[in-house]
Amino acid sequence: MVLVNGMVTLFLAAGLFFTLVGSIGLLRFPDFYTRLHATGKCDTLGAGLIIVGLIIYHFFGYSKGVLVPARLAFLVFFIFIANPVATHAIMKAADETGLKPWKVGEERK
Amino acid sequence: MSKGDKAFGITVTFVIMFLFWILLSGLFDAFHLIAGAICCGIVTLISHDLLVRGKDRKFIVKSLRLFRYIPWEFWQIVLANIDVAYRVLHPKMPIDPLIIEFETPLRSDFSLVTLANSITLTPGTITISVDPEKGTFRVHAIAKEPADALLVDQTMQRKVAEIFFVEPSGTDQPAKS
Repeated sequence: MVLVNGMVTLFLAAGLFFTLVGSIGLLRFPDFYTRLHATGKCDTLGAGLIIVGLIIYHFFGYSKGVLVPARLAFLVFFIFIANPVATHAIMKAADETGLKPWKVGEERK
Repeated sequence: MSKGDKAFGITVTFVIMFLFWILLSGLFDAFHLIAGAICCGIVTLISHDLLVRGKDRKFIVKSLRLFRYIPWEFWQIVLANIDVAYRVLHPKMPIDPLIIEFETPLRSDFSLVTLANSITLTPGTITISVDPEKGTFRVHAIAKEPADALLVDQTMQRKVAEIFFVEPSGTDQPAKS
């Protein structure tokens, strides 16, 4: 039980760390495109790790059922497909409206 | 599209749909299984050509090869996040954004989507746009090193091309390394 709790805590903490880094990046990076780098990647892995933590908790600790972990695993799968697609769609929309990317030395936008 | 190909597409779609139904419902009594079969049947009839195009008999082989590619891709995602975390938390923010373009030998929808998603998830690069006819990718890179990984090393292009390698009749060709 201690081992399960430890692993769950580890996964949740890692997930929270990456989500936090994504948020900090959203605030710190200088323009639209670079901000998408922070959110697009960190949210994917952050959410993924948190859900993996929940899978472990449910499977080994809480009820030992298989169905809920399997559903959660599919959730991870769909997040990993949908998130890059959404990031790409936002990026493409920005590019087609003619937003210029930030270059080193410019003011932050 | 020949008749056999269509039947193949319908079968694959139906099986996937039905497995998914069982997974989500979790009930194995006759009522739910029959209701599921009817619903999956209707959905399959309407949209079987979305998932499996009739021509593509190698669909299953490619899907299996895709599963071999996923662990490598997952490791790349972890590296990408550590990379972004480093750039975000570094006091000087070591970023130098640039847009690059490159060509790939990939042409089919599925392979282009796989490569585009992989690029978006891996360190420091996001796909901006894809030209499906020429296989050209425009990519926004956050610094010079990740751009070089795509332009010079081309590891990812080669790996994706390996998955979708199709013999002469197909349009996807393996990348020259």
